[in-house]
Amino acid sequence: MRSVLRRIFVASLLKRRLASVLSLLSIALGVALGLAVQIIHGAALAEFGQGVRRMSGVADLQVVGPREGFDEALYVRLAQRPEVAEASPVVEVDALVPGRSAPLRILGVDLFRVAAVQPQLLPVADDRAGAGSNRLAALRQDAVFLSAEAEAALFDDRDRSGSSAPRRLTVQSGLRLHEFVVAGRLPGARERIGVMDIAAAQDSFDRAGLLTRIDLRLATDVTPVQALAALTPLLPAGVVLRTVDEATTEAANLSRAYRVNLNMLAAIALLTGGFLVFSAQWLAVVRRRREFAVLRALGLERRQLMSGLLAEGATLGCAGGLLGVALGHGLAALAFRFAGADLGAGFFQGVVPALHFDAVSSAAYLLLGVAAGVGGTWAPAREAARVVPARALHAAGLPASGSRSARGRALASLVVAAVAVAASLLPAIGGIPVGGYGSVVLILAAAILALPPLTMLASRLLAAGRWPVWRVARARFVAAPQQVVVVAAGVVASVALASAMSIMVNSFRLSVDDWLTQVLPADLYLRASPASASGYLDDAALQGIRALPGVAGVDAVRAINLRLDADSTPVTLLARPVAQGWGLPLVAGTRTPAHDATRPPAWISEAIADGRALKPGDRLDLPIAGKLHAFTVAGIWRDYARQHGAVVIERADYVALSADGRINDISLRLADVGDADRVASELRALFGSDRVEIARPGEIRAVTLQIFDRTFLITYLMEAVAVAIGLFGIATTFAAQAATRKGEFGMLRHLGFTRRDVGRLLALEGSLACLMGVLAGLLGGGGVSVVLVEVINRQSFHWSMDYAVPWRALGLFALGLVVLAGVVARLAGAHAMRRSAVLAVKEDW
Amino acid sequence: MLRIHSLIKTLPGKPPRTLFDRLSLQVEGGECVAIVGESGAGKSTLLNCIAGLDLADGGSIVVGTQEVCGLDDDRLARLRRVHFGFVFQAFHVLPHLSVLHNVALPLWLLRVADDEADARARAMLERVGLGGRGADAPQVLSGGELQRVAIARALVHKPSVVLADEPTGNLDPERAAGVLGLLLEQIREGGAAGILVTHSRTAAARTDRVLELRSGLLADVGSTA
Repeated sequence: MRSVLRRIFVASLLKRRLASVLSLLSIALGVALGLAVQIIHGAALAEFGQGVRRMSGVADLQVVGPREGFDEALYVRLAQRPEVAEASPVVEVDALVPGRSAPLRILGVDLFRVAAVQPQLLPVADDRAGAGSNRLAALRQDAVFLSAEAEAALFDDRDRSGSSAPRRLTVQSGLRLHEFVVAGRLPGARERIGVMDIAAAQDSFDRAGLLTRIDLRLATDVTPVQALAALTPLLPAGVVLRTVDEATTEAANLSRAYRVNLNMLAAIALLTGGFLVFSAQWLAVVRRRREFAVLRALGLERRQLMSGLLAEGATLGCAGGLLGVALGHGLAALAFRFAGADLGAGFFQGVVPALHFDAVSSAAYLLLGVAAGVGGTWAPAREAARVVPARALHAAGLPASGSRSARGRALASLVVAAVAVAASLLPAIGGIPVGGYGSVVLILAAAILALPPLTMLASRLLAAGRWPVWRVARARFVAAPQQVVVVAAGVVASVALASAMSIMVNSFRLSVDDWLTQVLPADLYLRASPASASGYLDDAALQGIRALPGVAGVDAVRAINLRLDADSTPVTLLARPVAQGWGLPLVAGTRTPAHDATRPPAWISEAIADGRALKPGDRLDLPIAGKLHAFTVAGIWRDYARQHGAVVIERADYVALSADGRINDISLRLADVGDADRVASELRALFGSDRVEIARPGEIRAVTLQIFDRTFLITYLMEAVAVAIGLFGIATTFAAQAATRKGEFGMLRHLGFTRRDVGRLLALEGSLACLMGVLAGLLGGGGVSVVLVEVINRQSFHWSMDYAVPWRALGLFALGLVVLAGVVARLAGAHAMRRSAVLAVKEDW
Repeated sequence: MLRIHSLIKTLPGKPPRTLFDRLSLQVEGGECVAIVGESGAGKSTLLNCIAGLDLADGGSIVVGTQEVCGLDDDRLARLRRVHFGFVFQAFHVLPHLSVLHNVALPLWLLRVADDEADARARAMLERVGLGGRGADAPQVLSGGELQRVAIARALVHKPSVVLADEPTGNLDPERAAGVLGLLLEQIREGGAAGILVTHSRTAAARTDRVLELRSGLLADVGSTA
């Protein structure tokens, strides 16, 4: 059997090189895309996790709270507990560096504690800074120690190696600038960070009495579980205790939905590759029916025949998988170089992962490649094994597929579609829309099952016409729908994927555009810093802006991060005027709730409403300034900016509860919009052009949409690959068909078909088959897009959006694909038009 | 009807092999000629050259008043549509067309109206003894029946020349005799010039003239007329 396997089956792959190479390539592309996504995110997550562990040193537990900080009195309470051997307090600030787009993370640490808990953060004084002789240099108010990465990012080579004078670093706190001396290095840190004395950090960044983290090393006989139980009751509202691994998991959770979505896209590309294998193998089986009949007559068992064919598929899958693994690592290397560790989505900014060979993922994707090869060969192999040898020895061509089979498929398609609808109604499991993804797979299966009935229906609708080429093409289409299915199957998955993504992205983009219109109602925006960075404005600055000529009104926003509980990622609290005309794209509730003196109103984003099953009128407790405060949910709003949720409350309520009068953003309404440039100039003159960002709503909109388009760039690439694989399928099928139908084409040439007529016949047949694939694909894609918009996006990202079909773009895409399929079919069947084909009537067919 | 004059055809090789050495032939309308010869003598190549499917190196082939040699591919295709009918050993009936439409196919190419094409194809099927089988798929027909469909298709558009290459090679002797009789009868009735390439002396004997292709030339080996 081994000899038969090698000489008859696997060797046949070498005989039909084009089909084999295209099948192999399609599997390789699917494997490469999936593996690249896996490697890129895996490396980014690993690097991020290692970073968290390095920064935490030997800590067993971490106390974390809002990014703005919590009362440092907690440190004293925890340090005195018997469960705690060592406690190291940290103030972490994203310090704005004027002239640099990325802030510098500065950790204020207790230099007497850091050696015991976070030795990697131990600073080493630099002689050049004049601190070498003074071991207490690190305690200086203006001393900062930089990691090599931070130094490289902040100073150019000349600054680092040239002068012996101490280097100075200017950072912004509020609207003030502080100049620090770079007093030395952080040899243990690999991240882009700076370290300074905790008291100096608190003073410099207005965090007096506040900490952002406490790293704890537990006593030798205390387990983390025991410590969690004992210490958690001591924590104020909004502060949580967690293991270091949980910190890493939090980062993984942030990007999980995005990663799963990309993996799904890659899986569909691989699925399309499987269909191409199906097409190629089906045609090969048809062409080799007599060969198989002879083998069966010579004693080859049905089971052996099927095994042999499956071995062909496995060989293709294995070779494609191996190539895909190599390509996947290459793609990952390219992505690291050009798109970053997050593929442009912004989850792992600043993380610089290294590319390593990922043996486990590679093996898994190699197996998926083999599965695609075997899966694609399964149906043709079963068909070949079923054929009665005596019949196959005397007849050729594809087995007839009648209307009975089409009716059966139609029923099966409806049943599968119904199951898909049921699957889409399932809730997410662990934040992953498993039911939604299952529904996508089932819809694709339903679309492919719908191909034969769709083809039968179309065959009845196609007019007979008078053009002989059309009549012959139509006759073949009507009489051999099974062949149409073979050609179109690969197209269905790729068209469904492309159209679904196109509808989803269009819906998303239009919704984001509309959302931007609503959230950007002012004429000019001024920002001192994002939520966690060190820049901010105060009421005095607000008054100064209000006094500028041409300013009709100003509104202030304070943005901070809150932890609603220990298990979930932080959410953003936006304190701002709501009822006074600020844009808030509500999807439920009201902007002007009835006054309630006991519980002020809060407007929650859809992510919080979904995650906590809240609706207007419900109570929501927010940990502000270390205490829980009750709010009433007044409304639910759409927020595309903060995936893990945001809460809006009136700024007056926030200031009353927290005494925090700082401001991150200010929106300005102008008496005359034409004055925007002048007012912007005056604002820059007032605060300093490097300390505030000023933008018009149009500029913010443009930047936002640019980021949106960059985020979806990788999905466009995957769609293109899937469509290319679908076209590969058409090329393979028609190249194979042209070989098997040489006698037919030769006879047509005898009857008076010109060479061009044969070419037109092939093109028409290719276009007709592709049209069926496109129609089924569009039907499936429509269904998948509804699942993407209403289920997967909603459950993954908690974003609702308005469903909008880009009819024109889809129409052009479909038309283009049908035309392209015709061209591809004609090119692939070129040898059917050669003289040898004319003479093929002498060959037995 | 068909005049071949001084046809030259050489096959490439070392040394080149002369297939036709100034070969000449004239076949009148209503006349059936059999060409016999050893395998590889060039019988099928001669048919291909006549139909413009293979290129001669010299000489002239005239169908009616139309010179075949020197026409481009499109003109040759149009010439075949109008003037030629073919019957092949392997039938070559399109499996996805009905029997009626297989016969009507040459009329479609000539842009004959559908009703007329169907009527003529149906009448042709009656003449070959397959009346009432027009709606059938080719798959349900026997070898003899398929060859009758091929004969009907070769003659339905009233060609000037009918070329038949081993038309009974795939049939048993009893069926072969019936099919050959039908073919010759239809060619004669239609007034076409018929050329039959065969290995069978029995089949050849039923034609008007028997020519043997030998050493690049046609030799008259007998007349049955």
